[in-house]
Amino acid sequence: MSETLSHQAVHRDDEASKLGIWLFIFTELLFFGGLFVTYAVYRHANKQAFHLAAMELDVAVGTINTVILLVSSMTIAMATTSVQKKDKRTTLILIWITLLLALAFLVNKYFEWSGKIGHGIWPGSPLLEDLGRGDTLFFGLYFFMTGLHALHIIIGMVLLAVVLVRVQKDRITFDNFQLLENGGLYWHLVDLIWIFLFPLFYLIA
Amino acid sequence: MSSNTTDHTAYKSYLEEDGGRKGIFKWILSTDHKRIGLLYLYAMMGWFVIGVVLGLLMKLELIAPGKTLMGPQAYNATFTVHGVIMIFLIVIPGLPAVFGNFMLPIQIGAKDVAFPRLNLFSWYIYVLGGILVIISLFGNGAPDTGWTFYAPYSFKTGTNMLPAALGAFVLGFSSILTGLNFIVTIHRMRAPGMTWFKMPLFVWTLYGTGWIQLLATPVVGITLLMVAGERILGIGFFDPAKGGDPLLYQHLFWIYSHPAVYIMILPAMGVISEIIPTFSKKTIFGYRAIVISTLAIAFVGYFVWGHHMFTSGMSGTALWAFSLLTFIVAIPSAIKVFNWISTMHQGSISLEIPFLWAVSFIFVFMIGGLTGLVLGSLATDVHVHDTAFVVAHFHFIVFGGVGFAFFGAMHYWFPKIFGRMYDKRWAKTGWITFFIGFVSLYGPMFYLGIKGMPRRYFDYLEEFHGPNIISSMGALILIAGFLIILVNLIQSARHGEKTSEMNPWGGTNLEWQVPTPPPLENFDEIPVIEKATYKYD
Repeated sequence: MSETLSHQAVHRDDEASKLGIWLFIFTELLFFGGLFVTYAVYRHANKQAFHLAAMELDVAVGTINTVILLVSSMTIAMATTSVQKKDKRTTLILIWITLLLALAFLVNKYFEWSGKIGHGIWPGSPLLEDLGRGDTLFFGLYFFMTGLHALHIIIGMVLLAVVLVRVQKDRITFDNFQLLENGGLYWHLVDLIWIFLFPLFYLIA
Repeated sequence: MSSNTTDHTAYKSYLEEDGGRKGIFKWILSTDHKRIGLLYLYAMMGWFVIGVVLGLLMKLELIAPGKTLMGPQAYNATFTVHGVIMIFLIVIPGLPAVFGNFMLPIQIGAKDVAFPRLNLFSWYIYVLGGILVIISLFGNGAPDTGWTFYAPYSFKTGTNMLPAALGAFVLGFSSILTGLNFIVTIHRMRAPGMTWFKMPLFVWTLYGTGWIQLLATPVVGITLLMVAGERILGIGFFDPAKGGDPLLYQHLFWIYSHPAVYIMILPAMGVISEIIPTFSKKTIFGYRAIVISTLAIAFVGYFVWGHHMFTSGMSGTALWAFSLLTFIVAIPSAIKVFNWISTMHQGSISLEIPFLWAVSFIFVFMIGGLTGLVLGSLATDVHVHDTAFVVAHFHFIVFGGVGFAFFGAMHYWFPKIFGRMYDKRWAKTGWITFFIGFVSLYGPMFYLGIKGMPRRYFDYLEEFHGPNIISSMGALILIAGFLIILVNLIQSARHGEKTSEMNPWGGTNLEWQVPTPPPLENFDEIPVIEKATYKYD
């Protein structure tokens, strides 16, 4: 009995953890799903205002951030492949690139947000109250959804940082890389949500 | 595994296996699914006592018209906190977290759940959610919005509702992770030969519940976050003055909170489907029908949320569709009742305590279910909406359904969990007292509701006085029954007659083929399942 006391450490089931992360991704999608529904309802009710408000956003910044996230999704996928090829160095470099791209996204986002706030646009700001209901809702949703998304970027970065340390310490290796793959899956989710946010806020104008 | 007694010299049950830890750390650091189940049980017991006391205070207030015990503000706070505690801290996690944790791995022949550390983490999140609910009681006064946190009042009220809403949000996380854990466990860790259609029905209901927890809870999570955003930042999602729509809040809230009713009731149905064949000594009637109806309830349950909003303002088509779907979701529940009754037919029934709870479950569940149809049809709902009728219906289903199943499960699995037997005479006294109290507490409310007594008021007209007295007396009887049950179980868990009998009731599932109480890893060797479950031959 004594050697089985730490039974949970012995038990390893990669399929189970992959299933687990997929189920968690469903949960996350439904979490944002509530916001997408809200967006749809209010866009329907305020077509003209949403149209005009969207033109306030900078498509160039949005596009750059989209490219950044797409590339980061690619690099983390490449990391998953290279760890299976026993190439620890490349794996580490690729995870580092992913993390730096994530940081670049956040920096971009920071300047974008502070620009908006500098123009007097933030949730509940006096300017928005003057602009009217459609603008209030549009920018309310904009800050709330991109803010929540940025929070997910940060969570993803923490996760990938843990992965990075474990690769460094050889706890993630070519025959035990499920955590890296799961981290990658989560990162793709963060990317995917942005792929929906980008057209909804920047492109439909 | 083949012998029916255990070798006591070498045998160590999970209760004696402390993992080298001492005192409370044996519990709060253990990733053993059985200990985690009991952690939930003890936490819930504390919460339940608080919730019951709040309920009693309301019934005492309503014993006579006018202010008897508290004024309107205190009454509003009482029903809000009562609701938040009972719903989010007890009934939603209830059966899955306690008995699901304890029994699910054993019933499918596994040594633990798929993610034991995540399982313990879920319990910590649960505790954190509970602490947030406690915090909401202090400061600017306890929340007074009702447990539904309806906008726009939920962000206009001066009371301390933010911690309560965040508490519900955090508890949702705990619920999601538990559901996720169970689904993966059921997919990945069934013993060899345990095919999907050999799984015990309790496992099936946990599976259906797991999916609802996973797919519905995030929606209320985001909704509560939006309310928080509204309160802190004044975004305007649900504020008509800023273009928001309070009705959208109701939709988003009920998209989760109606399926949540099935999170509560499905495992209860699972427990009943375990108890009835065991005490009828007969194979369950229509195993596949019960499985399919379980999944049907889980699925159709997503599409009926609008029936909470018949009087809120929806298009005629939506009203009609939601009403139809509500009637459809009643069918699988009726199938189950039919199957339970048919299982008893020509069985050799022994009237043990768990069976009594199961039979009384069917009784109250049928009343609750049929009155639900009164609320689900458009014309009658307008008449009884927001009256005591709704309160009665809801408590017959949630307290009657889930509560009776919970006590049934408690008395059914008690000897297995604690290795001791409870005092059956006291258990029977407790049951009958509880049952009489229950019916006289909530029964009169149906009448009061039809007569037009609104819910959620601390006061009422003189004409409603008589039935309210009966109802309040019922509350006292119910609490007497509850105390008898509680004291009996606590006493028996500590000093009851020791038993190491593997299978005291003659059940057929795997939990009755492991030693009592089970060892740390449940099975020395993972069993190979050949027979279908619930076979008596």
